[in-house]
Amino acid sequence: MSEDLTARVSAICGEYGSDAGRMMDIAWRLQRTFGEVSSEAMDVIASETGATRADVESCVSFYSFFSTHKHGRVVIRLSNDVPDRMAGYHRVLGAFEDELGVKCGETTEDGAFTLESTACVGLSDQAPAALINDVPFTELSTDDAREIVRELRKHMDPRRLVHKLGDGNNAHPLIHSMVHNNLRGTGLTLFTSYNRGEAIQKALSMSPVEVIRAVKTARLRGRGGAGFPTGMKWEFTRGARGEPKFIICNADEGEPGTFKDRVLLTERSDRVFAGLTIAGYAIGASEGIVYLRAEYAYLRSFLEAQLEKRRADGLLGESILGHEAFDFDIRIQMGAGAYVCGEETALISSCEGTRGDPKNRPPFPAQEGYLGLPTSVNNVETLCCVAKILEMGPATFCEYGTHQSSGTKLLSISGDVCQPGIYEVPFGTTLREVLEMSEAEDPVAVQVGGPSGQLVGPEDFDREICFDDLATGGSMIVFGPDRDLLKVVEAFMDFFVEESCGYCTPCRIGNVLLRDAVTRVRQRQMEPADIDEMERLAGTVARTSRCGLGQTSPNPILSTLKNFRHLYDELVEEAPDGQRRSFDLDAEVTAAAAIAGRPDGE
Amino acid sequence: MNDEIIFFIDGVQVTGRPGQTIIEAADEAGVYIPRLCHYPGIEAWGSCRVCTVAANGRPCSACTQPITTGLVVENDTETLREYRKSIIEMLFVEGNHFCMFCEKSGDCELQALAYRMGITAPRYPYLWPEREVDASHPDVIIDRNRCILCARCVRVSRDVDGKAVFQFVERGPEKKLTVNAEARLKDTDLDVTDEALDVCPVGALLKKRVGYAVPVGERMYDQEPIGSDIESNTDAAPAAATEVEA
Ligand SMILES: Cc1cc2nc3c(=O)[nH]c(=O)nc-3n(C[C@H](O)[C@H](O)[C@H](O)COP(=O)(O)O)c2cc1C
Ligand code: SF4
Ligand code: FES
Repeated sequence: MSEDLTARVSAICGEYGSDAGRMMDIAWRLQRTFGEVSSEAMDVIASETGATRADVESCVSFYSFFSTHKHGRVVIRLSNDVPDRMAGYHRVLGAFEDELGVKCGETTEDGAFTLESTACVGLSDQAPAALINDVPFTELSTDDAREIVRELRKHMDPRRLVHKLGDGNNAHPLIHSMVHNNLRGTGLTLFTSYNRGEAIQKALSMSPVEVIRAVKTARLRGRGGAGFPTGMKWEFTRGARGEPKFIICNADEGEPGTFKDRVLLTERSDRVFAGLTIAGYAIGASEGIVYLRAEYAYLRSFLEAQLEKRRADGLLGESILGHEAFDFDIRIQMGAGAYVCGEETALISSCEGTRGDPKNRPPFPAQEGYLGLPTSVNNVETLCCVAKILEMGPATFCEYGTHQSSGTKLLSISGDVCQPGIYEVPFGTTLREVLEMSEAEDPVAVQVGGPSGQLVGPEDFDREICFDDLATGGSMIVFGPDRDLLKVVEAFMDFFVEESCGYCTPCRIGNVLLRDAVTRVRQRQMEPADIDEMERLAGTVARTSRCGLGQTSPNPILSTLKNFRHLYDELVEEAPDGQRRSFDLDAEVTAAAAIAGRPDGE
Repeated sequence: MNDEIIFFIDGVQVTGRPGQTIIEAADEAGVYIPRLCHYPGIEAWGSCRVCTVAANGRPCSACTQPITTGLVVENDTETLREYRKSIIEMLFVEGNHFCMFCEKSGDCELQALAYRMGITAPRYPYLWPEREVDASHPDVIIDRNRCILCARCVRVSRDVDGKAVFQFVERGPEKKLTVNAEARLKDTDLDVTDEALDVCPVGALLKKRVGYAVPVGERMYDQEPIGSDIESNTDAAPAAATEVEA
C-alpha cells in the first residue's frame, strides 16, 4: 500500500476526529478525492476509526454514490424515474452511450467518464434529467447529451456547461444551476414572504411546552408521508429519558416524483431552518441535523452559507436572540444515494455512519434515536409549516384544509401535464381540481404519492387529497391515454428491487419475484391463476416486511390490480395444452442438450 | 414491582416477564412460533420474518416485539401459516439449496421448517444466483449458496466471540455475507472453536473433516419436527400440532 495513500486517508479521517460515526463524511471525502473508496483505503479507515474493516465495507458498499472501484473523473448519472422515461430517458441514455463509447454502468477506458443511471433525482418536472458530478442538467435532448460530452472532453468541468441559469435562488452564485422552481399555484402559506427571525422570536417568547401546544392546536401532521401528529412526536421526544436530544430534518426526498423539498430548500431555507430551530427549542435539543440527499449536493454550499448567516445574526449558536437558555446549531449530513434512508430509522443508521438499514421498533426514535438518544425526525415541509404556524398563529393556519388535515400541502406534479411543477393546495382539494390546475392532458391515471402510493383512475378523481382519503407525500405523476401502465408498474418494481436494503426476507426476495411476475405478464406468459398467486405474494410482502419500504413496495401491483384489473386480464390466458405458458420447451431442450454436451439438441 | 405480564396467544393465556419478547415468553410457555434468525441469548434481529404474528391485529415479528399486558397475539392461523410458508419458499428460491447433497440435511432449520409446513417444492421460480464458496480457512468452509442472511454468525462472532469476523455488504438482492478481511476467511482471526460456527441454521458454515459423523436419517429433525423441543417445554403447553400434510 502506498504511504501516500495511507497518509492522505488518515488525514481525512483526522478531520472527522477519526470518529466511525462520521463514516458517511469520510467516505464522501475519499470518493471525491480519489474517485473511489478502495480496498486499501478501507483498511486505513478501519485502523484509524477503530471500526472493523468489514463494517467500513458494509457501509461503503450500501450506498449507490460510493464506489469501491475507480469512477471516472466525471460521473454522469441519468435519472431513470418514470417521468424521465416518459420524456425520453432511453433516447438520451443511448446518445450518451454512443458518444462515450461505453454502456450504462461502465467507465471509459481513459478513466474520464462513468455513465450510470440512478433513481429519481428530484427533477421530474424538468425531465429527462441527469446529475453530472453534482451538477443538475434538465430537459435533456439527445443533442444536449452529445454536446455535453464533447464540451466536457475539453475541460471536464460540468459547471462550465451551465449557460442559462434557473429562476430565483437557482441563479445564486453558490447554486449556479439551470434548475427551475416551476412554482405554479403557491401563494397560500409556505412560499409567502417572511421576516427573518420572526418565527423564532415568537417561539422564544413562549415556553417549549407552549410551542408544542401551538403546533398541536394547529393540528399539524407530518408531511413526509406517514402523517403522524408533529406536536405529539415532539412531546414524546421531549418527555423521553436521555440527554442530549436531537432533532433531524429529513431532506432525503427520495420518493420518485417528489421535488417540493428541493424547492423549499432553494427558496425558503430560512423557513426550514427556523422550523428546525423551533423544533429544537420545543423538544430540548441543542443540535439539529439536516440529512440532505446526495442528489441535492449542489445546494450544499448555498445552505451552508445560509447557516453561516444565521449564526452571524444570532439565529443559531449560543443564546439565540439573546435567549440565555437556548443554544442551538445545525449541521448538514450528506446522504449517498439510498431511498430507504428517507425512512427515519434508516436515516438515523446512516447518520451514525453505518449502512442504511432501518432499525427494529420499538424503541421508537423518540425514545432511542440518533446515538441511542431521544430524536425527532421531521420532514422539510413539516418544519416549514412549523415556522408558518408561529408566524401566522395556529388558528389562521387551520383556516386552510379540513379538520383532520389542517393546512396546505405542496404537490410535485409531473408526467402528462402542460404545467408541471409545484402547487400548494389546501387539504381537501380534489384530484380533479389538481389535474385542472396543472392542465393535465386527457388523464387516464395518476400515481398519487409516488410508487409507494396508489395508481388511481378517473373514478377516483373526485377524491380529496388529505390524510384520510388520498394521502400523499406530494408526488403526483399523471398518465395520458398512450402510456403503458404495466410498464410503469414494472419500472416501479425495479425501483424497489434496487432500493430494498435487503435486511428482511419478504422485501429482499419478494420484490424480485413480483417484478419478474409483472415482466412475465407483459410477455403474455401468465395464466389467470398466476395473477392470483402474484396478488397473494404482494399481500405477503406488504404484511410481513419490516419497514415501510417493503410494506408499500407491492402497492404498484396491488393498486393496479384494484383499479386497472383489465390490463392484467387482457394479457393472461389459460394454457391451451396444459403446459405452463411460461414454459418454453425449445429453450429447455437446448439448455439441457448443452449441459449434456449435445449442442445439436438431439 | 409487577413481575408478571399476562397476555394471550391464540386465545390461550400466557404469563411472561417484563422485558421479554413475544417469542421468549411463548417459548417458556411451550408455544412454538416458527423462526429462523432468532437465536436465544443474542441481540434480537427481526430479519427473516418467519416469526410474523399479529399483535393486537397488527403484523410484527415475535422475536422483536415486547410483550405487554393484555396483548392479543395470533400465531397459528391460516393467514400467518400462509405468510410463513411463502417466506420459507422465498428463501429456497433465493439461494441454491440442494438438500440431497448438503451435509446439514436433517439438522437444517430451513429444511426442517419446510417439512413442518408441508412444503414439497417452492411455488416461485428459482433465481439461481451465483454465489461464492470460501474454503480458504484450514478448518472451516463458507458456502454462500446456502446462506439465508440470518445474521446469527454476525451477531455471535461480534458479541459472544468478540471478534466480528462476519458482516454483510451490498444491499437488496445483492446483499451478501462477507468476512473481516480483504476477501478470504483464512485472513480473519476465526478459530474453529468459535461459537459463531455453531449457530448457522443451514449448511453455510461448516467445519472441515467432521461431516457426516451422524448418519442422515438419524439427525435431529429426522427424529422430531422442528419446534418439538419447545412444545414439550411445559405441561401447560397446548397440544403440539404438527402441520405436515400427508
Ligand atoms: C422507504 C421510506 C422512505 C421515506 N422517505 C422519506 C423522505 O424522503 N422524506 C421524508 O420526509 N420522509 C420520508 N419517509 C417517512 C419518514 O420515515 C418519517 O415518517 C418522516 O420523515 C417523519 O417526518 P414528518 O412526521 O414530518 O412527516 C420515508 C418512509 C419510508 C418508509
Ligand atoms: S422492508 Fe425489509 S428489506 Fe425492505 S427496506 Fe425495509 S427492512 Fe429493508
Ligand atoms: S425469527 Fe423473528 S424475524 Fe426472524
